[in-house]
Amino acid sequence: MPEMLLQVDNLSKTFAARNGFFGKKTENVAVDCVSFSIAEGETLGLVGESGCGKSTLGLTIMRLYAPGGGRLFFGGKDITHENEKALKPVRREMQMIFQDPFAALDPRLTISQIITEPLEIHRSGTKAERARKAAKMLERVGLRAEDLDRFPSEFSGGQQQRIAIARALVLRPKLLICDEVVSALDVSVQAQILNLLRDLQDEFNLAYLFISHNIAVTAFMSRRIGVMYLGKLIEIGASEQIIKAPRHPYTQTLISAIPEPDPSKRETETSAKSETGENTERPNGCVFRLRCALAQDICAAEEPQLREIEENRQVACHFAG
Amino acid sequence: MLRYILTRIIGLIGVLLIVSALTFTLMHKVPGGPFDALALEKQQMIPDNIKRQLNEKYGLDKSVFEQYLLFVKNSIALDFGYSMTYPGRTVVGIFKEQWTYSLQLGLLTFVFSLLVGVGLGIVSALKPDSIFDYFGTGISIFCLVMPSFVFAILLQFVFSAWLGWLPTGGWSSPRHWIMPVLANSLAPILVLQRYTRASMNDALKANYVRTAKAKGLSRRRIILVHVFKNALTPLLTVGGPLAAGLIVGSFFVESIFRVPGIGFYFVSSIGSRDYPMIMATTLLWTLIISLAYLITDLLYALADPRVNLVKED
Amino acid sequence: MVIEPTALNKILISPRSNGFRRSWRRFAGNKIAVCALCLIVFQIIIAVAAPYIAPYNPYKGDFLATWETPNRLHWLGTDDLGRDVLSRLLYGARISLSVGILSQLAIALVGVPLGALAGLKGGWIDYVLMRAIDILSSLPTILFYILLMIALGAGFWNLILAMTLTGWIGIARLVRGQVLSLKKMDYIRASRAMGASTFYILKKHILRNVMSPIIVSVALGVPAAMFAEAGLSFLGLGVPAPEISWGQMIGMYQPYIRTAWHLTFFPAIILALTMLVWFLLADGVRNLLDIEN
Repeated sequence: MPEMLLQVDNLSKTFAARNGFFGKKTENVAVDCVSFSIAEGETLGLVGESGCGKSTLGLTIMRLYAPGGGRLFFGGKDITHENEKALKPVRREMQMIFQDPFAALDPRLTISQIITEPLEIHRSGTKAERARKAAKMLERVGLRAEDLDRFPSEFSGGQQQRIAIARALVLRPKLLICDEVVSALDVSVQAQILNLLRDLQDEFNLAYLFISHNIAVTAFMSRRIGVMYLGKLIEIGASEQIIKAPRHPYTQTLISAIPEPDPSKRETETSAKSETGENTERPNGCVFRLRCALAQDICAAEEPQLREIEENRQVACHFAG
Repeated sequence: MLRYILTRIIGLIGVLLIVSALTFTLMHKVPGGPFDALALEKQQMIPDNIKRQLNEKYGLDKSVFEQYLLFVKNSIALDFGYSMTYPGRTVVGIFKEQWTYSLQLGLLTFVFSLLVGVGLGIVSALKPDSIFDYFGTGISIFCLVMPSFVFAILLQFVFSAWLGWLPTGGWSSPRHWIMPVLANSLAPILVLQRYTRASMNDALKANYVRTAKAKGLSRRRIILVHVFKNALTPLLTVGGPLAAGLIVGSFFVESIFRVPGIGFYFVSSIGSRDYPMIMATTLLWTLIISLAYLITDLLYALADPRVNLVKED
Repeated sequence: MVIEPTALNKILISPRSNGFRRSWRRFAGNKIAVCALCLIVFQIIIAVAAPYIAPYNPYKGDFLATWETPNRLHWLGTDDLGRDVLSRLLYGARISLSVGILSQLAIALVGVPLGALAGLKGGWIDYVLMRAIDILSSLPTILFYILLMIALGAGFWNLILAMTLTGWIGIARLVRGQVLSLKKMDYIRASRAMGASTFYILKKHILRNVMSPIIVSVALGVPAAMFAEAGLSFLGLGVPAPEISWGQMIGMYQPYIRTAWHLTFFPAIILALTMLVWFLLADGVRNLLDIEN
């Protein structure tokens, strides 16, 4: 089995908050024992509603947060607890693109300064060489070299996202984490950016962790999809399989929410009790049991683990498969 | 709520401890201060009974830390010893006797600044861009750049030295009150005018005013009933610390006009390095101002139900 | 590859292209501020040139010409030692200006890095800083100044030190607040994700975004510092003789206001005017930078 580019083992991240000086300490479990792996050049999609922890997971993988538990491997190396100095070479290989394109670019810097920043941080080449690389990358993402001297505010959202992509790729990383990268863009522009990302993946042999709340978009981009709910990975498998035959009750809700253009194919049955997740308290046992129509006593007593129910398909539910 | 008060009081005690430590350390280091045992030996000007007093009180033969503890113990008992500049009078005694004058000055200043400051603020808000507005803003700029003691000097020069209408100093008759109150009011008027103006403007633009207008209430009634109530309550936040500052007296104004309040005594104690007086004043100042902030916060929380005292980290 | 039309959704004029020139033009529109600036430049020139333009030696007195009110030989009169008031005022300007400007620079040098570090790193550094700020701000500033100056002893550099020790709080708090709000911006996260060190982020991203509030704070701080110096010198705790300070002059001769009014009047007037002019400049700078943000 080829060595995985990214290996996530039981990764957890919890945030603690304290209410005032004498107040109670509350714990917010954002990511709970998530495991998966991504090979070189492949795309894993990560899907789930707001608050399910997918963004936090992405940030933790990037080591922008320190993992609370579990292990993180990149290129075979254990980077769970490495300090910043040791992480620096790893950071060349791993980059991230964020949801709000404008917020991701320093408004007071020129495009050239923005794109050359990673090169500058890693002392790659002379100033002239860096500028040349920036120009090339800028053109590769669909903008012009003349734009180098302009400021982020002069561009549209889609163009700003292209700039962010150029910046992320200028060091030729191996893994790109895309956190809701098209959610803030108009639909027509979304398609362009997604296509750009796919082209770049082929050209630079990139692996993607594609995070989104939109399962249709995620399925378009990824060969495999993982579904998260309240911090837990509850289903993972090939996108086609998941879309066609979702096994976990929650995944079924997500799929049924995709508007089906053909009225004859529309189903009204779902296995979820409510459409919205109003109750975000984490229940004991299965995280989804409060919204699940199939919930039984066993769901409260025992937390379902990810089981392989068919080849390359894992589901965390007592009743799947 | 109780938890909040408790936290604040603990904070207050902590602050006082730290301030006392700071004060103690600073005064301890000063050569020739009351803690300088060697210098004390050489000081022939201090009468023997006071020397013995100081030795006893400050434990000058003991370790520094023990001296500090003694200092704290004495302070809690409000025993600061005898003043060095005014022999025969205890520091606390001086405070007790002279504070009334500072309070009088403070009260007059408070009332005067309230009338002028709030008045100007209201007028500015109700008649924006009018001559009144510019006048009000002009006055506040004046109050901002003119240091109180410079203003005091100028007042003294014009009305006392030049025109001879008012006496240069003292506090015995209402004529003596005019200049000190004027000079002391600069900062309060500035703060009150600005705050009132901003607060009134906010209230005037608020939605509930538009609703009232839509209901057909006359402008005057709107202003009197709704706007004033909402605009003037926030003055509490500002009024509290302001009053606190006024209670403790004003160094400069009292010195210049020879108002026998604690500010005046404090200034003279600086000149003569009267350390018991200096230290006592520092602690009492800090105590009063911190208390004033605490009380203001509590009153404000009670008055305005929207205020949430518990901060979330 | 389809290139999208350049839609200028946010038609903000970029802050840096011809930034300085544009700022200057906007500043020039504020007549009052420009006036103030001219007066200040004039004052600085005069203060620097004082040794050359002062009509008399401000330290040496003419014992035959003491307590003279303004006359043709001594335009602003003389003091109890026969020293020319005008010359002393000119030298006093040097003290006021240097204390005002130097103290603010020192405060910025100390407060800005501390505030930025606390805001950026958070954790225990931030905690310690906030507690220090809480404690220091509970003691009334004037008292703190007085205590410090008593402990340190009056003197020019002691004064600057005392002002720095009390003044760094304000700017540190300001910078910390700015940094905290900037920290949430994705571009800071992106920099960290690229492996940027804290120092790099400070230099490249944070500094230019907090420059404006810092400049405003320093500008407003100068007249405030002048006020503090005058007040402390008035009490005898600021700049001591033989150095000359306006506050010191006012303090020394205040008891004689009835007879020797000129010894307090002129320093008072010039102090008030100086503060006014500096404040107007600072206000102009603030308006300018606020608009740009």
